[in-house]
Amino acid sequence: MTTPAIAANGLRKSYPGKGGDKVVLDGIDLTVPEGTVFSLLGPNGAGKTTAVQILSTLIPADGGTVRVAGHDLARSPDDVRGAIGVTGQYSAVDKLLTGEENLLLMADLHHLSRRDGRRRAAELLDRFDLADAARKPASAYSGGMQRRLDLAMTLVGDPRLIFLDEPTTGLDPRSRRSMWQIVRELVAGGVTIFLTTQYLEEADELADRIALLDRGRLIAEGTADELKRRIPGGHIRLTFAGAHLLDAARRVLDEGVADPDALTLRVPSDGGVRAVRELLVLLDERGIDVAEMSVHTPDLDDVFLTLTGREATR
Amino acid sequence: MNSPALALRDSATMTRRQLKRLLRYPSMTVQLVITPVIILLLFVYVLGGTLGAGIGGGRDAYVAYIVPGILLMAAATAATGTAVMVATDMTEGIVARFRTMRISRASVLTGHVVGAVVQQLLGMAVLIGIALAIGFRPNATAAEWLAVTGLLTLFALAVTWLAVALGLRSPTPEAASNAPMPLILLPFLGSGFVPTDSMPTVLRWFAEYQPFTPIMETVRGLLLGTAIGDSAAIATAWCAGITALSYLWAKRTFDKA
Repeated sequence: MTTPAIAANGLRKSYPGKGGDKVVLDGIDLTVPEGTVFSLLGPNGAGKTTAVQILSTLIPADGGTVRVAGHDLARSPDDVRGAIGVTGQYSAVDKLLTGEENLLLMADLHHLSRRDGRRRAAELLDRFDLADAARKPASAYSGGMQRRLDLAMTLVGDPRLIFLDEPTTGLDPRSRRSMWQIVRELVAGGVTIFLTTQYLEEADELADRIALLDRGRLIAEGTADELKRRIPGGHIRLTFAGAHLLDAARRVLDEGVADPDALTLRVPSDGGVRAVRELLVLLDERGIDVAEMSVHTPDLDDVFLTLTGREATR
Repeated sequence: MNSPALALRDSATMTRRQLKRLLRYPSMTVQLVITPVIILLLFVYVLGGTLGAGIGGGRDAYVAYIVPGILLMAAATAATGTAVMVATDMTEGIVARFRTMRISRASVLTGHVVGAVVQQLLGMAVLIGIALAIGFRPNATAAEWLAVTGLLTLFALAVTWLAVALGLRSPTPEAASNAPMPLILLPFLGSGFVPTDSMPTVLRWFAEYQPFTPIMETVRGLLLGTAIGDSAAIATAWCAGITALSYLWAKRTFDKA
């Protein structure tokens, strides 16, 4: 068995505040296998950034045991630092330096030779589509460019585990997609990603496993599909060519909500493959033709709403 | 990994970063150099006639008298800039990034300090140049100039580490610009602009024992041949003490933040 990239048990953190301590993380267990994308999903103030700050050695935890990249977080933080890369929510570039100088600064701090540093910088500038802006100060970069430079700087040291704290917050849709593409390429290269996001769509797109964080507690964990299946409200929508077919289907299925005008029938279902197959086989056996079919699984917004009873406010 | 060689290398990297930043953002440096120059010119040409007579000479004698005070004031002014730069740096993500990397932690601060000391020594060189142009005639030997440079470097180190600590302590860059303000006043409340024996008792007592006075007296003695006495030893001790305490304070604040 390989060591997980992150193994946390009973992670706790609270901050002193008016009227007692404010608990930010209330006993969190996390296991992230190597080479996977794990997403910590939650609304603002759920404790996502605090979790990243603890796991990346920025702040100490109040309690719990954590191993990151096989090293004990509390006892050997420097070994953890040697294995990770962090791209935070706020751009961590030196705005007075050019893009190239920022990358060379990272190369120097990773103790690369001058030649290797230059090669690595050039390679990353190319890969992140920043070669044209290499000699411009980072302050002149757009939000998307700064975020790309930020991630490029994180990659200079070739980390095996990367923390991405809300990597696309504030980006336009195009920059967001290009960031997603970059993340997918990293994962293809075997890197483990710990991603926090408040965008349900983003976790759905990228993550192998998702944990929902709400007020410092994990309220659910699983693949996107597993989470969606836990929620009632999914259905299969069937459309028929004529009213007689719709009626026949209603009689056979004995459930569902018919819409005679649209010639559609909504059948409650978890949307799983087995359920869809059983439904279609049944209709096929009775010779009832289905003109169109679509499966509506609840999206993660529904999941959040169901599990917390609140909107996932942004 | 934490061998001194790597720590040194990280500090050199951070110093290069800082020097580049100073070049990219020259307006701060220019302002920090110009302020003491203006004060020098004001004191020499507006007040210098009268004040010079007061110390038993003329305008030229007064130029010679205030050069050490102005030099220290320049360093203190530059410390304000350093505190602001450090405080600004801390609010930016780049320092959080440094903290998550396997590098020598103190190197982040060392970079600021070395960069600032270089900046201050350049500023002092400009000041001495201007003073020479308006009638400053030191009689120092090469060895004495070397000693002056050494002492001013020590002093620059002391105020810079103090400024770094103050900058780290400040909640905002604005607050950081106020914190080192008293340092700028210390040359006035010492032997920088007038001899201390012309002051009322309480002030004179403070002026004679505050750290800037022995430093100014030593610089004055080295440049002009006035009596130094035990000022040199006291000056060196003050600089070393302030540097050591400020370094520890800054390092602890940085580690905790």
